[in-house]
Amino acid sequence: MDNALAIHRLQFAFTVTFHYIFPQLTMGLALLLVVLKTIALKTGNEHYNQAARFWAKIFAINFVMGVVTGIPMEFQFGTNWARFSKAAGGVIGQTLAMEGMFSFFLESTFLGLFIYGEKRLGPKLHWVTSFCVFLGSWLSGYFIIATDSWMQHPVGYTIGDGGAITLSSLQALLTNPWILWQYTHNMLASVVTASFVMSAVGAWYILNGKSVEYGRTFVRTGVIGGLIATLLVAFPTGDQQGKMVALNQPATLAAMEGLFDAKSGAPLALIGQPDTERGRLDNAIEIPKMLSFLTYQRWNAEIKGLNDFPRDQWPDNVPLLYFSYHIMVGLGTLLIAVVGISALLLKLGRLYTNRPVLWMLMLAFPFPYIATTAGWMTAEIGRQPWLIYGLLRTADGTSAHVSAGSGMFTLLGFMGLYSLLGVLFLFLIWGELERGPEPQQVHAA
Amino acid sequence: MPTLWFCFVAVLLAGYVILDGFDIGTGIIHLFVAKTDAERRAVLAAIGPVWDGNEVWLLAAGGTLYFAFPALYASAFSGFYLALMIVLWLLILRGLSIELRSHVENGLWRDFWDVVFSGASMLLAIFFGAALGNVVRGVPLEADGYFFLALWTNLQPGRDAGIIDWYTVLVGVTALVTLTLHGTLWVALKAEGEVEARCQDLARKAWFLLLPLIVLVSVASFSVQPLLASGFRANPWGVVFPLVAAAGLGAVPVLLRQRREGRAFLASCTMILGLLCSAAMGLYPNVLPSNTDATRSLTVTNVAASAYGLSVGLYWFIPAFLLAIGYSVFVYRHFAGKVSASGAGH
Repeated sequence: MDNALAIHRLQFAFTVTFHYIFPQLTMGLALLLVVLKTIALKTGNEHYNQAARFWAKIFAINFVMGVVTGIPMEFQFGTNWARFSKAAGGVIGQTLAMEGMFSFFLESTFLGLFIYGEKRLGPKLHWVTSFCVFLGSWLSGYFIIATDSWMQHPVGYTIGDGGAITLSSLQALLTNPWILWQYTHNMLASVVTASFVMSAVGAWYILNGKSVEYGRTFVRTGVIGGLIATLLVAFPTGDQQGKMVALNQPATLAAMEGLFDAKSGAPLALIGQPDTERGRLDNAIEIPKMLSFLTYQRWNAEIKGLNDFPRDQWPDNVPLLYFSYHIMVGLGTLLIAVVGISALLLKLGRLYTNRPVLWMLMLAFPFPYIATTAGWMTAEIGRQPWLIYGLLRTADGTSAHVSAGSGMFTLLGFMGLYSLLGVLFLFLIWGELERGPEPQQVHAA
Repeated sequence: MPTLWFCFVAVLLAGYVILDGFDIGTGIIHLFVAKTDAERRAVLAAIGPVWDGNEVWLLAAGGTLYFAFPALYASAFSGFYLALMIVLWLLILRGLSIELRSHVENGLWRDFWDVVFSGASMLLAIFFGAALGNVVRGVPLEADGYFFLALWTNLQPGRDAGIIDWYTVLVGVTALVTLTLHGTLWVALKAEGEVEARCQDLARKAWFLLLPLIVLVSVASFSVQPLLASGFRANPWGVVFPLVAAAGLGAVPVLLRQRREGRAFLASCTMILGLLCSAAMGLYPNVLPSNTDATRSLTVTNVAASAYGLSVGLYWFIPAFLLAIGYSVFVYRHFAGKVSASGAGH
């Protein structure tokens, strides 16, 4: 493998994975903040306003991290992926520029007003600012997913002379059929993350016997939000997303499932290690015929295996793709179980006193982050060896004039800087949790 | 149509330089005009609610550049690879320092982030200035439309120039002083008492330093890049931009003496707008000139996206831009007025 290519890929993968830790929380949390502010506005109960103020601080820290790690993403299209940008910028530049013009201005403006302007704005306008923050962040998600959808499933373009890709329909780009399920799947997953973080923080307060009233509000909001969102992430959005992959990227589906030979009545592998040398799945535990049923609703439908495709069309890292997918699905199932048990106890009125379940909720918060990351890895590794599916190979998209040495220099720089960022982030969040959700006597600086 | 989008990108970039410029300028002077913790909190509060919104202008300008001139984005961003990565790291450090500083009540912690804030702001001003210098001077474009520049070579703005040479450093230093002046005028507008007095004093000193620098940089620019002279000859009305810049520069000390801080700040905005438009006007229709083979220069027409893309883009860009202006006006009105050192909290 070309050394510079590997470094460009690793740098983008590293910076985007680190970046997405923050927006997945803020997008989900933006919705939960609107929920808290709505309850406060409807009931006039100051408790919910104070809860929203506490989460706004957590939101703000994540937002700043998201902004400072997000700018490098836009830059890297040009710095590291120049040939891709030159070829496709005329198409995806539309959605990326729209994101900047429509969502970033909206989000940053109203976040400033949401955090600094509560006293001057009054309750109704303050609710409006929280809604605009939500709208901005979800719009931002839409434009990014529209961009990724085009790379997964290009539409609305023509190939001109010299191989240049030009936009032929903005409407097609914005209504790409790929967007609907990927967007809903992704946004609901961010609600799952935010819900688990909120209930984990709530469980921590209850178990500590500190700020227990707020702890209960957080657990209740997180569990109800989490229950709805985890179920919707699986059905229909995850299911439909899988069917889209099966239909449009059949080699990807085969690799995700570790299926080497075409089969009618293909089984669903729960566990196993794909061996690409021998072309088989080792130590497999499978549910017979399940894959065929899930994909086509017919027990004996035929599913193509990897061997049906020429090797140069296989995703170039089959084991990582296979495990990313299985980790996502496995953790998703686990999260449904955790939140299902919690919701049941909540309904029975016994959740707040059940210490083992509260412990479980408190410790579960990393799993949605891992599941979401694994989901994105499934999408992006699954698209390989293509950068734009069927149109441009990843190897042909890099900046040809940026050497491996320059790439390594900046990759190591990002790793160092982001390590510092990660430590500071945890330190700040810990500080906010310690300070707690109660109103401060003296307004802290 | 490409020319129209050239103007849009220029407006967004100028908006970024004017708005984030005063944030950066505030950072440059942070250590010098604010001595106590309360004063430093007041200086930070002067940009607290607006700085990340101002940074959005950079993202919007970048996004619009990417959309309208993809080949330019690809070429320039990969060619200035190392400088842009350093700019990214500085932006990250500066953003962090603004947000983190006041989270912990510890003198050493706050001193550390104050120095990071100031240092990153100074370097950003110099790098942004040097970036403009590079675009004016031109780059060694190859036949495929790409190039790669080392950070420095022999410090001469000739064919083997690096990103840093005496000319781009001169532009960088001029940018540093320009934004110092811009930042002091903003803080003078927002702060009270000692901080305000120090800003007014520093503004005068910065102005006296800036005057010869701008003359020097103008002379150097015309000698380094002959295209500038021909650009103004082709469009003589473009001379209005340098005149606007000069008027802005001249108005600053007069307005300062009259204690009209708001207008002095606006004069500085006008000066920056005039300077940037002068550079854009002089280079047009080039957007990235070649310093080796003039036929390889990137121009608005040979890097533009398809005609369909550019025209359909107008439908969403214009309303989005008006909305963005509307938000900005609303926010600046909302947070208008002085921030006091005692009540400054965020």
